[in-house]
Amino acid sequence: MIEVAHLSKQFGTFRAVDDISFSIPTGQIVGLLGPNGAGKTTTMRMITGFLSPTAGSISVDGTDISENPVEAKRKIGYMPESAPLYSDMIVDDYLRYVARVQGVNADEKVPALCETCGLKEVMHKNIADLSRGYRQRVGLAHALMNDPEILILDEPTSGLDPNQIQDVRDVIKEIGKTRTVIISTHILGEVEMLCARVIIIAKGKIVADSPTDELREKYGHAASVFVQAAGCSYDELAAAVSGAAAVSGAAGVAGCTKEAAEAVEGVQTAALLAHADGDAEIRPAVFKAVAEKGWTLYELSLRRNSLEDVFHALTQSDAAQGEAQ
Amino acid sequence: MNAPKKTHPALIIMRRELAAYFASPVAYIVMGLFLIVSGVFFFMTFFLANRAELRDFFSLLPITLSFFIPALTMRMLAEEKRSGSIETLLTLPVTALDVTMGKFLAAFVSGAALLVPSLAYVVTCVIFGAPDAGPIVGGYVGTLFLIAAFSAIGLFATSLTKNQIVAFFIACPICLAFSLLGGFLVFLPAWLVNICSYFSAYSHFVSISRGIIDTRDLLYFVSLTALFLALTVEILKGGSRK
Repeated sequence: MIEVAHLSKQFGTFRAVDDISFSIPTGQIVGLLGPNGAGKTTTMRMITGFLSPTAGSISVDGTDISENPVEAKRKIGYMPESAPLYSDMIVDDYLRYVARVQGVNADEKVPALCETCGLKEVMHKNIADLSRGYRQRVGLAHALMNDPEILILDEPTSGLDPNQIQDVRDVIKEIGKTRTVIISTHILGEVEMLCARVIIIAKGKIVADSPTDELREKYGHAASVFVQAAGCSYDELAAAVSGAAAVSGAAGVAGCTKEAAEAVEGVQTAALLAHADGDAEIRPAVFKAVAEKGWTLYELSLRRNSLEDVFHALTQSDAAQGEAQ
Repeated sequence: MNAPKKTHPALIIMRRELAAYFASPVAYIVMGLFLIVSGVFFFMTFFLANRAELRDFFSLLPITLSFFIPALTMRMLAEEKRSGSIETLLTLPVTALDVTMGKFLAAFVSGAALLVPSLAYVVTCVIFGAPDAGPIVGGYVGTLFLIAAFSAIGLFATSLTKNQIVAFFIACPICLAFSLLGGFLVFLPAWLVNICSYFSAYSHFVSISRGIIDTRDLLYFVSLTALFLALTVEILKGGSRK
């Protein structure tokens, strides 16, 4: 398990990580999510002992990383972003070298990892000649060498093709059954698929930390309705749709978001996303509201919200607040 | 999985570093070049002055090594920083000291390997003359200490930058300064001469290569080496790694 308390990192005048705290129990896959430059990599580099924090403490399975770095690092398997490895080495030699540094039996561990990470065909190739996907897998084998209690992977699927992404995700899922895994990513689908819990970071601060489905429920509206109509402006449409709740009385429209409206066969249209209040069915009310005004309805469709919207809402609003200050 | 034989991490890092060095053609090009450069100076006096001794070979080594050792060390940390592999290295259960010592030992061994072909000169001298053993043994001992100090300086330089060329041009002038300081003593005011002559690697090297092994000279090289290694460890530990 990992305990992070009031962690901060300052680079010159730039505060990359600003007073974050979280604790991750054993056997949990956690997604560290955030836009580029949010502080994901910096946070991971501090947990793995590569960077020393400006303030705060990190303890890995009860071992403080700044007091006893070698002991703490022994419990961690880490794959940095884009898996930087010695390009002048052969995969087999490289893994044996890592095994020796980690103090594990190379003759047992290297073939086993070659199996887990699907490296059989490339064991005798130069790392420089490997494709991005294979490099990433060698990086994963590097991280798994010491059977770590805690696996930390920085953007493990970036730059891979869809098949490779699937392979890497399967490996992570398998490992996550028994260990603590932290992955950073900006692919939201990945988090929904792999992680039980999401920590969203923006501008060095934690803006959300909760179980994946809870987060979706809490911040995202369960469902939204996409409305596209002709014969009105966005404002008119928004007013009508928002008013729809009052007309029907029961179903509520919590709010509207403007959507890009395209002209359909030369007819100018307006479009918006109407967010349902809770699980309410708002389509009939919206339809009636539009029909009453005599506008032409082009599309009325239900959209289930994903983490994408949550992420967008959280990181955008935080950015807006930051600018306002 | 139990009881794998425990080798010190510094030695594992050294081994990897040496394997990478000797597997590349660079190693043999550098050794060949060193042999040519040092050979020119050796045979100049051997034939022209008709002297079967290694004094001129040794006396030029501080300057030649000021170029060759930084060339050997320049890639060691700069390349790791450039490619990012420093991150995979330092997040393994090793300390900054392990990494520094591993790289230093590798630099020292590959530096010492430069000297191996020069043993041919010794053989040549022994065949064609009767050279004094003292200066030859002393010369080699002194050179090894010099290589250690220059390796530490080179390692310090390569820890400062991501760029190998920059690392070379930091280390080379430092090594040259230590080598040439002795030559400028005549231009210095009297009170500075003693201090500067203490800091001159050349005068300590010459005194060892005369065949007189004095603890003061050894202490000089050991402390020079330790100083630059300690600086390297501090830089590797430093917080603002990027």
